[in-house]
Amino acid sequence: MTAPTIRDYGDRALLLECGSTDEVLAVAGALRDAELPGVTDIIPGARTVLVALSEPTHQAPTRTRLADIEVSAAAMSVRPDHADVVIDVVYDGADLAAVAALVGMDTDGVVAAHTGALWRVGFGGFAPGFAYLIDGDPVLSVPRRAEPRTRVPAGSVALAGEFSGVYPRESPGGWQLIGHTDAVLWDVDRTLPALLTPGMWVRFRAVDAR
Amino acid sequence: MITLEVLHTGPLALVEDLGRPGLAHIGVTRSGAADRRSHRLANRLLANPDDRATIEVTLGGLHVRVCGGGLDIAVTGADANPTVDGIPFGVNSIAHIRDGQVIALDVPRTGLRSYLGVRGGIAVAGTLGSRSYDMLSGIGPAPLRPGDALPVGEPVGHRPELDQAPVAAMIAGPVELRMLPGPRYDWFVDSDAVVRTEWVTSDRSDRVGVRLIGPALQSRWPGRQLPSEGAVRGAVQVPPNGEPVILGADHPVTGGYPVIGVVLDADTDILAQLRPGQPVRLRWSAH
Repeated sequence: MTAPTIRDYGDRALLLECGSTDEVLAVAGALRDAELPGVTDIIPGARTVLVALSEPTHQAPTRTRLADIEVSAAAMSVRPDHADVVIDVVYDGADLAAVAALVGMDTDGVVAAHTGALWRVGFGGFAPGFAYLIDGDPVLSVPRRAEPRTRVPAGSVALAGEFSGVYPRESPGGWQLIGHTDAVLWDVDRTLPALLTPGMWVRFRAVDAR
Repeated sequence: MITLEVLHTGPLALVEDLGRPGLAHIGVTRSGAADRRSHRLANRLLANPDDRATIEVTLGGLHVRVCGGGLDIAVTGADANPTVDGIPFGVNSIAHIRDGQVIALDVPRTGLRSYLGVRGGIAVAGTLGSRSYDMLSGIGPAPLRPGDALPVGEPVGHRPELDQAPVAAMIAGPVELRMLPGPRYDWFVDSDAVVRTEWVTSDRSDRVGVRLIGPALQSRWPGRQLPSEGAVRGAVQVPPNGEPVILGADHPVTGGYPVIGVVLDADTDILAQLRPGQPVRLRWSAH
């Protein structure tokens, strides 16, 4: 990989621009391991890593330190055999038939594609515990719904663009709903509140409704 | 134990401290006091550590009764003409309140947010290491309501020594904020229009972001999508309608709108005091 471009982001953060989400995750992992002084947050995006600092005085020294961080080619993702997390899904989403029509398959084909490949947690945002899942089967790329829903139930499993995701709690949303899960994506009272964190590998498994 | 009994809240009264850094990668924004400088000043006047929680009062209207003992307090930020049992005591100074007395904040004439600090701090239960209410996610102690009883924490360290702190009065007229060019500065037909315009603060502004009203900034590539990227408070995002939004304490952790500039960290505390309708200018800063 090529070294990321480092830009100032205001006076209390730095933005690293990478070539791919795989690079983003490799860089974010290396930065977490480096435990640089003054760094409060390492925030992966789709093509960037934002490094937030505790004070503006940390910006110049951190810029220098970031240039020295080594990201080995080995850190780039190798698709593992096993998922870190398996999420059981009942594929009964309100948009399942519409998604099948969009991608030119029957609904069983959509389920097979969604469960057949490992997904990777790329980055968060939108809501606490929400994970943009990437690197799944590219056949499942679908647009957002033209009309977002005002209310999407917690646990809804959805698709939009190249991403899949699970709604951590009830909220408005414009993604295409293909199923639901009982898995708890977000619980502030857990030691690890978020089930999914950047870099993890995820497999969806089809189960019958009880 | 000493408590504050909430009698009236005004439009919005929230418990805030310095927020919960370190969780942005799982979707939790930092949050914390919108005007950190005023929050810190209240704690310093009271000889509290910086991270003790205060009450952030938007446009005044908070009335609380002190129960269970006497207490040192300070009000900072927007001058809401604070009183104790009807007698004014002035902002940016310590006041000693006796058991049963009522502290009241009026509507400030300038500025937006006042901070009521107490010696020992507001000691409600925290979430994820902070007592800040994050209005985007609903994490942290809920907005105050009449009837709430807020526990006051144990003081630490030496007694307060400062009686009052000199602070420049807030202005009602145009406010200037310094910023640096953002990562997507070049996405606009005339990016420097952002510093030539006198913007007006929208009444649709809140802790998530301050919306500016003015002539729309024209994108060079209308419809071009920016892959989601991380954001910080002070980032000046330009959504498709061309009117900038300056992100506040409870901003989303990632966003998909191009960031034309980023307000200097120190000036984001000034941003937090802009009132609806107040004019604001942005200026490129030397680094």
